[in-house]
Amino acid sequence: MAKGIKDKVAILGMGCSRFGERWDASPEDLMVEAYQEAMEDAGISPSELEVGYFSTHMSDVGTGRGGLPMAIALRLPNIGVTRVENFCAGGTEAFRAAAYAVAAGVCDIAIAVGVEKLKDTGYGGLPVAQVGAYIPQWYPAVVAPANFAQLASAYSAKHRVDKDTLKRAIAHVSIKSHDNGSKNPKAHLRNKITEEQVLNAPMVAEPLGLFDCCGVSDGAAVVILARPEIAKAHGKSPIIAFKALQVATSNGWEMQSNDWDGSYVHTARIAAQRAYEEAGVQNPRDEISMLEVHDCFSITELVTMEDLQLSKDSEGYKDVLDGRFDAEGENPCQIDGGLKCFGHPVGASGIRMLYEMYLQLNGRAGDRQLTDPRLGLTHNLGGQPSQNVCSISIVGHLDG
Amino acid sequence: MTGIVGFGAYLPRLRLSRASIYEANKWFAPGLKGKAKGTKALANWDEDVNTMAVEACRNIFGGGQSRETVGDLYHCSTTHPFADRLNAGILKEALRLTDDTNAFDMAGSSANAVNAAPVAMASAKASGKVSLVVAADSRRARAASAAELSYGDGAGALAFGTDNVLAEILSHSRSTIDFVDQFRQAGNDINYEWEERWVRDEGVASFVPKVITDALSKAGLDASAIDKFVFPVRFTRMDAKIAKMTGIDPERIAAPLHEQIGDTGAANTMIHLVQALEEAGPGETILAVEFGGGASATILRMTERCKLYAPHQSVSALLERGKTEENYTKFLSFKGQLDLDKGMRGEQDRKAALSTLYRHRKSILGFVAGKCRETGSVSFPPTRFSYDLQGALLDTQEDYPLADRRGRVLSCSAEALSYYPAPPHQYGQVDFDGGGRVLMEFTDVDPGDVEAGAEVEMVFRVKDRDERRNFTRYFWKATPLSH
Repeated sequence: MAKGIKDKVAILGMGCSRFGERWDASPEDLMVEAYQEAMEDAGISPSELEVGYFSTHMSDVGTGRGGLPMAIALRLPNIGVTRVENFCAGGTEAFRAAAYAVAAGVCDIAIAVGVEKLKDTGYGGLPVAQVGAYIPQWYPAVVAPANFAQLASAYSAKHRVDKDTLKRAIAHVSIKSHDNGSKNPKAHLRNKITEEQVLNAPMVAEPLGLFDCCGVSDGAAVVILARPEIAKAHGKSPIIAFKALQVATSNGWEMQSNDWDGSYVHTARIAAQRAYEEAGVQNPRDEISMLEVHDCFSITELVTMEDLQLSKDSEGYKDVLDGRFDAEGENPCQIDGGLKCFGHPVGASGIRMLYEMYLQLNGRAGDRQLTDPRLGLTHNLGGQPSQNVCSISIVGHLDG
Repeated sequence: MTGIVGFGAYLPRLRLSRASIYEANKWFAPGLKGKAKGTKALANWDEDVNTMAVEACRNIFGGGQSRETVGDLYHCSTTHPFADRLNAGILKEALRLTDDTNAFDMAGSSANAVNAAPVAMASAKASGKVSLVVAADSRRARAASAAELSYGDGAGALAFGTDNVLAEILSHSRSTIDFVDQFRQAGNDINYEWEERWVRDEGVASFVPKVITDALSKAGLDASAIDKFVFPVRFTRMDAKIAKMTGIDPERIAAPLHEQIGDTGAANTMIHLVQALEEAGPGETILAVEFGGGASATILRMTERCKLYAPHQSVSALLERGKTEENYTKFLSFKGQLDLDKGMRGEQDRKAALSTLYRHRKSILGFVAGKCRETGSVSFPPTRFSYDLQGALLDTQEDYPLADRRGRVLSCSAEALSYYPAPPHQYGQVDFDGGGRVLMEFTDVDPGDVEAGAEVEMVFRVKDRDERRNFTRYFWKATPLSH
């Protein structure tokens, strides 16, 4: 019987580029920036890398397809590089694949690279994607803000939360992330904002205004994984190891049947439960020291707190307003600014989340360092509330 | 007996105020002021001749006429969206008619809809099936022209058959004369009209009385027998003059709808006739006249059975729900006569894979879902595996049309980020009565019109236009019920 990923894979090194409107950098430059930091951190030479996984989503506006862009940009020693793509959750998929390779014992050291170059489209927001030959003939030409705004519509209706209260709660989500991002030198957005600004911002998709939407950024992130004994042999201390690594993918139930009520993310609940079981977490509210969740929109972060069992159903908005997820709260969330302020270079975001957990667990998070964090959780969501890929990882000190 | 077994019309919700046309153009054409009264029916950006024709026919089916019995489908217009692709074939799929339907596009005249009655009747009589004649038009006019003030959009439909006849056709008379009151050469989209006085005095006053007299004689009726005289003509008081010339009581003239909806081209007489049929009681006699390329006159008499029939939406209900639009540039944009900046997001290629469209024609054009015969769960689009939380079942789905079902909005939003012809772009999840859920666009809505929990019904609309290859894609959209 398989026992899962717990304590089988350690992080040997990590790197992350500065995120933002990187007019100065190509996607290849961004990969090199993150790779250099990760390799230096790992203390290895390129010849020690044995397998690579490459995450990028909008390949048509960024790097182009396949594993080649990563192999060529980093001049890797002809190792196998495979591109993985799973909407906005691709970054987590890349390190999941690398972790599986290491855990399987087929290699000692694996590398995962995520990159996205979104600012070469000529317009703001996410590029418009093609979705095959059939879907566009019946499916609305959807945009992410209006997909996720529907969480707010259904959440208000189900829990009878009046729209003004919900708007204030999601405003708090963004204000908190801007506060956190202001302390992160690599973040895209480093300004603090006020509730008045959020509430009066232009509407993007009712009820989400400008400040309810995350940044669309260029950036890259890299993680190098190895079995714990290899990490020890390389002098790593403390050893940061995976406690859980779970992905749940929609099968059309939310989208087609009438049973899902639209106010939560079904896959997130499944992935979270599986991850807690894998990591041996009994009470997430008490045990999760910190988390980086997929706050593509403020409302997504709010319902995610319920999906991750950090808030009771219908009480997420109260916990948000009470500051439970602020930097000083019980479960600090988006310490690095999150997608909202660190930015959202799609293919890199899952690895960027892990990067913050890694820094915090190593005590290297600078001005935003939390006191003695033990377990960190990343939640990386790809798609839209009604059909998506949700991945959750939990990391902590080896044998901790 | 052969005759009319169903009737229905369709009018788009929008009514452009003629004052808005005049206000925008008075610097250039101050002479329009006299005609700048009332409104005209305006197709929304996602409505065209095919969608309006579908809705007119749905009003017949909603009125109880069975779609399985339809044998022939005649689709009349001067503005069919496709010059080479059977527009009536699109209607056939959207209306879920059987594959052995004889479907025809009838083009080239704005006066051949009611005129098609003898052909439709003969076919119905021969086959014992129902012949459906639908007329729709959505014409363009040059900015600041009298035609721009006049032209409106709409559709009307008649079903002819041998069973359960609502109105018997007593006689029909037709003259074909190449009298060019207006024309539009192939490849052009604006009509050229000759002097009104000549058209009125040399055309209408000459041809129309002849066909009326002939039709009365064929029916063996005196003009005094006419209870409703349907002759929507663009010249004021010309209906009264014709009535006087032929001995019809001017009191019997069916009220023209020009003030509210304008001249709807090929659909014009049809819409007025549908309203007359809705209002007429058993035994009443109706005379309907079309003018253009000659003239035609048709005389009908209502049967006892007409008391039992009403279209799904009546003309008066369609008139009632009109919403005044004052924005002239919106009108120009909807008509494709104003090239608004779509932004970079509007550059996306909307090419339709025709092989995909064919493979999925039932779901795309007919809005047919799959219902699992084991669990009752409904999937749109249909899939080989049915699924609920108990597991997946293979090949258990049966056709389950959603088009005529109502739904309730589960969640929705309105976004102003992407390019959309009538922003904001509103869409959301709709749960159907009886099962099934579809993420779909809302149409004919203003911001705030749709909320979670709102009841909606389905309408057939333009989904997208591929402007590079000039191909229109159609699908179904949701619109609020109480609207």
